Amino acid sequence: MDCKELQKTAAQIRMTIIKAVSAAGSGHPGGSLSAADILTTLYFRVMDVDPKYPQKPDRDKFILSKGHAAPVLYATLAEKGFFPKEDVLTLRKINGKFQGHPDMNKVIGVEMSTGSLGQGLSAAVGMAMANKIDRNQGRIYALMGDGEIQEGMIWEAAMSASHYKLDNLTGIVDWNGIQIDGRNDEIMTVTPVADKFKAFGWNVINADGHDIKELIDAFEKAKVFKGKPTVIVAKTVKGKGVSFMENTNAWHGKAPDEDQTKKALEELGGAL
Amino acid sequence: MAEKMATRDAYGKILIKLGEKYENLVVMDADLSGSTKSAAFGKEYPERFFNMGIAEQNLYGTAAGLAISGKIVCASTFAMFATGRAFEIIRNSIGYTRANVKICASHAGITTGEDGASHQTFEDIALMRTIPGMTIVNPADGVSAMKLIEQAVAFKGPCYVRLGRAAVPLIYAESVDIKIGKANRLREGKDVAIIATGIMVNEALAAAQELSEEGIEATVIDMHTIKPMDKDAVIEAAKETGAIVTAEEHSIIGGLGGAVAEVLSQNHPVKMKMVGQMDTYGESGKPEELKVKYGMTSANIVKAVKNIKAIKAIKSSI
Repeated sequence: MDCKELQKTAAQIRMTIIKAVSAAGSGHPGGSLSAADILTTLYFRVMDVDPKYPQKPDRDKFILSKGHAAPVLYATLAEKGFFPKEDVLTLRKINGKFQGHPDMNKVIGVEMSTGSLGQGLSAAVGMAMANKIDRNQGRIYALMGDGEIQEGMIWEAAMSASHYKLDNLTGIVDWNGIQIDGRNDEIMTVTPVADKFKAFGWNVINADGHDIKELIDAFEKAKVFKGKPTVIVAKTVKGKGVSFMENTNAWHGKAPDEDQTKKALEELGGAL
Repeated sequence: MAEKMATRDAYGKILIKLGEKYENLVVMDADLSGSTKSAAFGKEYPERFFNMGIAEQNLYGTAAGLAISGKIVCASTFAMFATGRAFEIIRNSIGYTRANVKICASHAGITTGEDGASHQTFEDIALMRTIPGMTIVNPADGVSAMKLIEQAVAFKGPCYVRLGRAAVPLIYAESVDIKIGKANRLREGKDVAIIATGIMVNEALAAAQELSEEGIEATVIDMHTIKPMDKDAVIEAAKETGAIVTAEEHSIIGGLGGAVAEVLSQNHPVKMKMVGQMDTYGESGKPEELKVKYGMTSANIVKAVKNIKAIKAIKSSI
């Protein structure tokens, strides 16, 4: 897929996010929308994953460490063909597969159950270690939230990833600058993000998290970088693509009503 | 005097054998491999041993990732830090995912000794018991520890293995038949049943011997598997004797005593007494001194049995 097609795919994914969260009546649109271009780039350009052979042993694996952004993962997997898009509309409903936070035992294509922040990166480190032992060429990708990196466990995992020279691991920080209670720099300062990872022994690449060409370039560089894990610090906009959801914590964990849903879908449809 | 072995030494020993049997067995530790005895595996299979440093949350988080990728993982540290520090990681990354991780934790209970209260956990069984699908084994001696660990590694799913620091007498012969989920009856008696776990099984046997000399006959049960508990064995013992004493090197809240009480109160209520750590922290001291001070010896079991016998006598005279 070229960049233009990828942008269209991202818009489709964003529309599924809005529809699913709207149908659920709750959920996390802000951080799902901010990560949509990152997941699109990974699943439709960078990663080796096949919905027809989801358990392929040497596939690449994606871990959504910021598990509350479940809608973007479900929407991306649906877009990729793991299951029909309509299925995602059962998000957060009782007896459904699409839990508020991803469950690997319920949804095909979900590689790790996440939701409790800070744990996904450790799981990704373990998977990267396993691939090293097995000389498995599959790569591991872990998406963290910027608020999430306030968890101490992230830095335990970061330390171990560089100690064991896990160059088959790529972390991504969805740096939208906003967490539930407000801006990162008001709640708990996370900057300088790049320098922190550098100090923990990672190769760091800065990127615009909505510039697909830049993201492709960053992921390709990470693939060939040897001896260290790479983190892509992706500058993003919370709620990206829906004007009234952008750059505010108000839409971190809230569903749009009927009118808002219509407006959001119109805006996103314009990008197609 | 019976031969002695710490259950952590049994763990170190059996790991070497299991490493040969299972090519996908990975062992991890958090800078305590000399104490938990996982270091022996590291020497034998360095490419399958990972020291994760002093970071228990990441130890169990990475263990989950390795297990989900097809490895059998034995991840060790002290019981306090495994179940306390990393509780939520064990719950969400290992329990919820049903990851094939064996949490082999040593230095449980008062016999951790000189390190004192910060390192002596009495809450670990209670914590692990609340996690759905978690198997919990607490071996009484070195022989049963090796057999139970071998079985824990053979089944797929999370398991908590509670191991001790102090050398304890061997109870079982090498030929013993011991199975996860099936309690072992070690002695038969009609007056009372002592259900014990871990190092308290040996204390229970000593107590039963002493009681027998006074004419009180006690059944002794080794409840090495706390979860899933052998309910039939508990109910049967209650029906036969009408009085149960539990004995554990763990808090009387939420551990073996609690688990047995849950079974009996819903199936066949009888009088119960619980021997274990009262609702208090420990302190530094020699294991044997601490067992006496905190009430986890054969003498405490004897006292509990006599107490419950007295209650039984009053009840039957009314």
